Amino acid sequence: MKKLVYLVMAACVVTFCFSSNGWTQRKTTIKVGINAPMTGDIPKVGEGTKYAAEMWLDDVNKAGGIEVGGKKYPVELVLEDNESKAESAVKANTKMITQDDVMIIIGPQSSKQAIPAGDVANNYETPMISPWSTNPATTADRPFVFRGCFLDPFQGPVLANFITEEFGFKKAAVLYDVASDYPKGLAEFFKAAWEEKHGAGSVVAYESFTTKDTDFSSQLTKIIKSGADFLFTPQYYNEVALIVNQAKDLGWKGPVVGSDSWGSAETVELCGEACFGQFFSTHYAAAGAKGATKEFIDRYNASYGYVPDDVGALTWDALRLAQAAIEGAGELTGDIKKDRTAVRDALARVENFEGITGKMTFTEEGDPNKCAVIVKISDKGEYEFYKSICP
Amino acid sequence: MDIFLQNIINALQWGSFYAVVSIGYSMVYGVLMLFNFAHGDIFMVGTYIGFGIATLLLALFSAFMPGWMIFILVILITMFLASFVGVFVEVVGYRPLRGAPRASAAITGLMIGIIFETGNLIILGAKRFSFPPLIESVTYNFGGIYVTNVKVLIIVASLVMMAALHLFIKKTKWGMAMRAMSYDFQAVPLMGVSINIIAPMTFAIGAGLASVAGILYGQAYPVLDPYMGISLGWKAFVAAILGGRGSIMGAALAGYLLGFIEMFVPMFFPSTFRDLIAYSIILVILTFRPRGFFGMAHSTQLRL
Repeated sequence: MKKLVYLVMAACVVTFCFSSNGWTQRKTTIKVGINAPMTGDIPKVGEGTKYAAEMWLDDVNKAGGIEVGGKKYPVELVLEDNESKAESAVKANTKMITQDDVMIIIGPQSSKQAIPAGDVANNYETPMISPWSTNPATTADRPFVFRGCFLDPFQGPVLANFITEEFGFKKAAVLYDVASDYPKGLAEFFKAAWEEKHGAGSVVAYESFTTKDTDFSSQLTKIIKSGADFLFTPQYYNEVALIVNQAKDLGWKGPVVGSDSWGSAETVELCGEACFGQFFSTHYAAAGAKGATKEFIDRYNASYGYVPDDVGALTWDALRLAQAAIEGAGELTGDIKKDRTAVRDALARVENFEGITGKMTFTEEGDPNKCAVIVKISDKGEYEFYKSICP
Repeated sequence: MDIFLQNIINALQWGSFYAVVSIGYSMVYGVLMLFNFAHGDIFMVGTYIGFGIATLLLALFSAFMPGWMIFILVILITMFLASFVGVFVEVVGYRPLRGAPRASAAITGLMIGIIFETGNLIILGAKRFSFPPLIESVTYNFGGIYVTNVKVLIIVASLVMMAALHLFIKKTKWGMAMRAMSYDFQAVPLMGVSINIIAPMTFAIGAGLASVAGILYGQAYPVLDPYMGISLGWKAFVAAILGGRGSIMGAALAGYLLGFIEMFVPMFFPSTFRDLIAYSIILVILTFRPRGFFGMAHSTQLRL
């Protein structure tokens, strides 16, 4: 029993040390929270987020910090792992807001985490930018929550139009994860858009599975026998590799079309040749980029040894948006609540922001008006720019 | 009709994994009267070992050795190494708690599982690995039914493995010792059969089988993930219970049954309801056969 008491005391002392450490620095540094999936289902997304954030911090440190109201403030990043789980993302946001006193939060990336985490940020009146979450619910009725990308209600029709124009197909099949907000939402938007174009019943197979499933043969058998012209699967890179290859093994010959979640650098690595020649819609295309986009890609590639995917690019834009908002806040009072509101207001005022993934102006909801890019996976496994579609 | 036959092939492949993994649960239960909840993660570790050996051998020998020879070598080396993982789990996790309450011993398995998962994540990092194809996949088309050579291999290899295990348990002295131990774990050690040999051996066999299942799994679903063992492990555990606790034949049959139910439910219902309906069916079966298919009546007196 005595031992236990000591243990608890020691734990308290350790916790106190850490928390007081944060407390003494509160007034002088600007803290930026990063809520990213470092472990769990999509760690590559977390890695891209972290690398982009490190590059940004490097830039800021070189400039001597962020300048607000004529005074330079040093910047600190607070990185929390959300394990690619909704409840962990909520915990991470709560911790960063209440304990670490962050000025602004970047992330979470996927809608599954961004929707519940955005609620926390909004309730605590802390600005949050999700770089990658395309589900409308993330920002809806939440004045403090913003995003750095286009929305699924836009992406769904873009893909439906593209497929109709490019291939002239009539019958669609959809395979999606019913337990995850992003694929489920996008599958519904796509289905609605396709049926509006081709009439009711034109989505001949609408099949689902749950997160962590690896065998899709039953659903794919149904899809193949349904006589669909193509398969749309708005899944993440690990599932894409399995779905595309299993479809091929079961005798599927048509194209498989994806969404921006395919854009990870690992999709092709895991999927192999079966993914060559497939199309997906996304936020930017690395191959053939120009100007600031190319500069970012080259720097990222030099530091980390691979071409950044859309998550990296969008996180970079989100961080620079955050920086612009903090700079535009006028001055920092040291009262974190007031400063957060000032940053939020500055963020809402941002106009024609020149991001590397396109120009951004926020709507009332905190969503940017941006163009989508259709990418074709080349025979070498590179993501080639195919077409740009603007709202 | 062809959709029906196609799903039979699909179910045989998917059920093979449940069958082979659930045997590991059943064997340990037979000997120690407790379920090894780390088994799903032993499967995961086995798959990663197989991945490492396969990558190594392909780099060294692929120039002058035929593919099937490398495949067999990978299986043998991986089985050998993975069996030590099983022994490790027994010695570190279960032996110190042999006299402890059953619930504590069950929890150790869960904890070792978490240690394996996070350990893997720390050592290998967040990157997903792609299991190298040891056999080039060839698709055959029998009048609209698509079968790959990998599928056939998975089904045949699983059946061969299970048959070999069955022979081992029925025909050898070691197998007899295992059967005796599951009959009476208190009297048999008095006859000079040490539980400290039989228990690790059981874990080693279970881990060896799971690792081969892992290699085959890697051929069919080549994306490796530190958490890949959890869902498969739990479902295989369901199969082990459904087959009758401690019954190896029952575990294998229930594994295949689970595969069939999971494949055929989406054929008639929306796939969203797959797990809901599949596991409701199993609930109903257990309501009428609470001891599973081959569970012995005396198991009600046992400690779990």
